[in-house]
Amino acid sequence: MSFKHKHILGLEELTAQEITLILDTAESMKEVSERDVKKVPALRGVTVCNLFYEPSTRTRSSFEIAEKRLSADVLNFTLSHSSVTKGETLLDTARNLEAMGASVIVIRHPLSGAPWLLAKELNSSIINAGDGSHEHPSQALLDLFTIREIKGKIKGLKVVIVGDILHSRVARSNVWGLIKLGAEVRVVGPPTLIPRYIQKAKAKTYYNLEEAIEGADVVIMLRIQMERQESVYFPSLREYSRFYGLTREKLKGADKDVTVMHPGPINRGIELSSDIADDASSVILDQVSNGIAVRMAMFYLAVSAGRNQ
Amino acid sequence: MAKKVLMDSETIDRTIVRITSEILEKNKGAKELVVVGVRTRGVHIAERIVKRINKLEKIKPPMGTLDITLYRDDLRRKTEWPKVERTEIPFSVEDKEVILVDDVIYTGRTTRAALEEIMDFGRPSSIQLVTMVDRGHRELPIQPDYVGIVVNTLSSEKVRVHLKETDGKDEVIVKKG
Repeated sequence: MSFKHKHILGLEELTAQEITLILDTAESMKEVSERDVKKVPALRGVTVCNLFYEPSTRTRSSFEIAEKRLSADVLNFTLSHSSVTKGETLLDTARNLEAMGASVIVIRHPLSGAPWLLAKELNSSIINAGDGSHEHPSQALLDLFTIREIKGKIKGLKVVIVGDILHSRVARSNVWGLIKLGAEVRVVGPPTLIPRYIQKAKAKTYYNLEEAIEGADVVIMLRIQMERQESVYFPSLREYSRFYGLTREKLKGADKDVTVMHPGPINRGIELSSDIADDASSVILDQVSNGIAVRMAMFYLAVSAGRNQ
Repeated sequence: MAKKVLMDSETIDRTIVRITSEILEKNKGAKELVVVGVRTRGVHIAERIVKRINKLEKIKPPMGTLDITLYRDDLRRKTEWPKVERTEIPFSVEDKEVILVDDVIYTGRTTRAALEEIMDFGRPSSIQLVTMVDRGHRELPIQPDYVGIVVNTLSSEKVRVHLKETDGKDEVIVKKG
């Protein structure tokens, strides 16, 4: 089966087969990172621009390493140094990058839908590195990859996503990806933080953490996004933490081999008690190295699809 | 479509026996050998060679698998990119005699890619090429060191090595295009 998407914008628009192809390709890519010379010539001569309108260290670094391991030329544009601060529009900036020879643009933007705008207006391949509170496909793909690696499968697993579902693009992409691959997805959080798409995606909604965790194989904890709490969604952090913070006690009802994941950075003591955070951090480090492999696979498949059109 | 059998199962067996003996003769045994098969069918031929070496020399040389997709020279063209499979070389190739195994040599471009990939793993003391079929039409200055059969073909014809592991039976055939 061949991959038809020149742009990778979100998991909602990919099929189960396409997602599986990305994960399989990532498995082959992982081997490259285990070599002494961590570089293959596949994307020689391809210029990739990382256009980041939001601060990010780990995602941007991970994309950059993936690009370099495939021998692409890399151009980094971050908010503080660029002409954005001088008032240039997103499209003008992106068109300029294209004129400089970029044929792949990785974009992170605070507004949902920004990558779709670029995909519509430009010739380059567009990779979404996170748009507003909408999608974050590379993070969800690496979560799926890590789950598949640890559990050996995704179909039939009970996966719980905990916290600020409303503002989390990681949650949205994960819900779509997990449902498409046949997992049972449960989301849990305060009613004010559960968005409506959850019903459309056929995930189950819970408001009580212990109930949601019953029999769970995987628990994905979301970061409370202080920067997106523009109005009051819950009375206090302490109260949130009491109801939705994960502790050893609340984890008792889960499967005995339960895996706890967190996209990082962790707010210790709020989303996760410190001892669970320590357990989870070993998986987090796996996720970091898997992230590079998954992003290499995304570039390979998107550029390949672009060549074929 | 017209089909002609170039090698049958017994011929393939004998050919592997001969090629293995040639490898051992040239390298004075199997001590420094490592064997690397090019996916997919080169891997199965490589496995048979390793088995034969083990039988004759009581040494089992390390075996690896190469997927050359990421090293292809046609990725810049408008062609369908193949699925990337895993390369596995879980040993050092440094100062080893690398026996590189592929099923068919044609333009030589696959071999070029394989050579480049192996070099990324270290500096072997030599790389020697085994192919079951040499069908001519080289586009690069690359020649095999050990060949099963040399056949004259038209570019329009297709040469296929079928193996039990992947195709249910052993044979080498040529099909009119």
